[in-house]
Amino acid sequence: MRVNRRVAATVASAAVLGLSLTACSSDDSDGSDGGSASAGAGDASEVEVFTWWAAGSEKAGLDALVNVFNDQHADTKFVNGAVAGGAGSAAKDLLQSRLQTNDPPDTFQAHAGAELQDYIDAGQIQDVSNLYDEFGLKEAFPKDLLDRLTVDGKIYSIPSNIHRANVVWANPTVLKDAGLDPSATYDSMDDWFTALDAVKKSGKTALSVATTWTQVNLLETVLISDLGADGYSGLWDGSTDWAGSDVTDALTDFQKLMSYTNTDRDGLDWPDATQQIIDGTAGFNVMGDWAEAAFEEADKKAPADYVYFPVPGTDGVFDFLADSFTLPVGAPHPGGAKNWLETVGSAEGQEAFNKAKGSIPARTDADTSDFSDYQQTAIESFGKDTIVSSLAHGAAAPVATLNAITDATSKFTTGASDLATYQSDLAAAVKG
Amino acid sequence: MTQRIRRLGPPLLLLAPSLVLVGVFVYGLIGANFAKSVTDDHSAATANGVEPTSVVWFQNYTTLLKSEEFQHSLINLVLFTVVFLLGTLVIGFVWAWLLDKPIRGEGFFRSVYLFPMAVSFIASGVVWRWLLNSTQGEGASGLNRLFQMVGLDFLQNNWWNNVTFGILAITIPAIWQLSGYVMALFLAGFRGIPDELREAGRMDGASEWQVYRHVLFPQLTPIMLSALIIIGHMSLKSFDLIMSISKPANYQTKVPAVDMYLAKSSFDYANAAAIGTILLVIVALVIVPYLVKTNRQEK
Repeated sequence: MRVNRRVAATVASAAVLGLSLTACSSDDSDGSDGGSASAGAGDASEVEVFTWWAAGSEKAGLDALVNVFNDQHADTKFVNGAVAGGAGSAAKDLLQSRLQTNDPPDTFQAHAGAELQDYIDAGQIQDVSNLYDEFGLKEAFPKDLLDRLTVDGKIYSIPSNIHRANVVWANPTVLKDAGLDPSATYDSMDDWFTALDAVKKSGKTALSVATTWTQVNLLETVLISDLGADGYSGLWDGSTDWAGSDVTDALTDFQKLMSYTNTDRDGLDWPDATQQIIDGTAGFNVMGDWAEAAFEEADKKAPADYVYFPVPGTDGVFDFLADSFTLPVGAPHPGGAKNWLETVGSAEGQEAFNKAKGSIPARTDADTSDFSDYQQTAIESFGKDTIVSSLAHGAAAPVATLNAITDATSKFTTGASDLATYQSDLAAAVKG
Repeated sequence: MTQRIRRLGPPLLLLAPSLVLVGVFVYGLIGANFAKSVTDDHSAATANGVEPTSVVWFQNYTTLLKSEEFQHSLINLVLFTVVFLLGTLVIGFVWAWLLDKPIRGEGFFRSVYLFPMAVSFIASGVVWRWLLNSTQGEGASGLNRLFQMVGLDFLQNNWWNNVTFGILAITIPAIWQLSGYVMALFLAGFRGIPDELREAGRMDGASEWQVYRHVLFPQLTPIMLSALIIIGHMSLKSFDLIMSISKPANYQTKVPAVDMYLAKSSFDYANAAAIGTILLVIVALVIVPYLVKTNRQEK
């Protein structure tokens, strides 16, 4: 009993201490950054940053970004709201209920692009175009990217990093054993099929793939390859017909690609598929450029241990996805959120974050001379290629559409529907 | 009147907290769920009141029940439940029967059979995902590899990746986990039967088999019914085991609970609620007759 009472007293005094401390801190820095009009005016004492960056290179990136933030905005206290689990799905579920109960974090991570549409429709996030003007971001980001981010003339988030989804990773030893030239690139799907046949004949898995979302990632690159950048972008704004014969051809190519893949794919996630390239049990793999980190962790060096090139037929197209930060309506510390967004968009913030995470800065003026070889090639492509939005990573379509496309794809690749049904399922998914 | 209050008041007062809690958190929420399921609240905008919702009555239900995908989920659920029930009941019963005869080390076997139940579905699911790897031939692992090592290559299969019967592969870990529990139920049933009855049977010249068949088994019917209900409703609600072995997006292993989760995370609250109500009705179909029966027996 006595112990209980002592514990209770300790807890109570800790709580009182905590309360008085927060009171102090909000007194100290009240209004230090307020004053400017509309978005981001107000309490800047702290900022709760909600992300799913809780482990690995993502956490390293976040830590690097926080260091820059603490230098730039020493008055604002950084509160880490990272939620681990399920590649972001645990965080998204929690965020969904927090937003619905009007308890938003000060800023949250979200894929830039169409995935924000639900939050926009629900009136849960604010237009931050004025911050773009204030921070001079419209000059710093490529115009193609700004077009992809703009919804009805407004921009709702500030991207922190850019990834590319249309990259083929290959094991040169496996390719050599199959009689192929590891340094070769392929102009079209048909050229690639010849190479895949050769690998298949050598007894290895020709193309490694994992669970449904990686299959959707593969599908989108095939669509870009066969329809071209404009045709692919048209799928999302209605100018390309999902029922058209060119889509049928692309889906036929996708079906053929799936026939080269490993049968245990649905039980794997992307690191397992990449591991097959590292181990030399598979020849090719299509994955976003976060796979680079997996090769580095395994102490592999390009081009001796692995090679990479854009998915055949998509050279000159940059299939982008980006993490970005938002300004929720009703954020308790909007001034803090504004400070955070300034750091996210700044050249120093983007350099520190992306160097650690292995992605590339959205800013074209960031100093990237000490980035890795792969990152250098990606930065070069990002500057000159046509930019299109990734489907599998929320840039091209809202969550409900992506889920419906994912369902249709799983149904097709497990053999529960034929190509014609798949195509009509996809058309229905996009129509909503 | 006052006498009546004096008679009913204290018990009512005692029951009030749980009545209120059950009323609000069980029946109130079932009602709220149903009310949501008859609206067209299919997006984040409608869920947050930016756009209006209207009552569409049973349109969500008919659309769901007509869709090929949801029918596939329902068929998966039925397949899963039938095999899960048969498996646990048969295995649990046989184990209990074996342990009922006085054998050495009974306590040891009892614990061994019961232990899998102590493992959470999520944890065992991770292990079974490796065991049920669908690769065959050279790169095989898990059970397929085991089959190769013992020369039973023809038994190799793609487990839960079969589009029609894949869901049955997931009953293997489910049965493994809960057979021991059913065994414990039956064992308690066997032990609850007084020895006099067996002796009386033997005195009348019944063989050992006849004692079991005509004296002991009939008295286990209530146990069997309880086991059926407990395993049955667990099976209908199963979600965690499927989620940790397969993935929510995998078509081959979809069940209504997975559909509900997916609908909810794509802001489709009306359909998520409708699927929830359908699940509730299915579970009620199993449980209500049982409750009616026990209620009658108690009277």
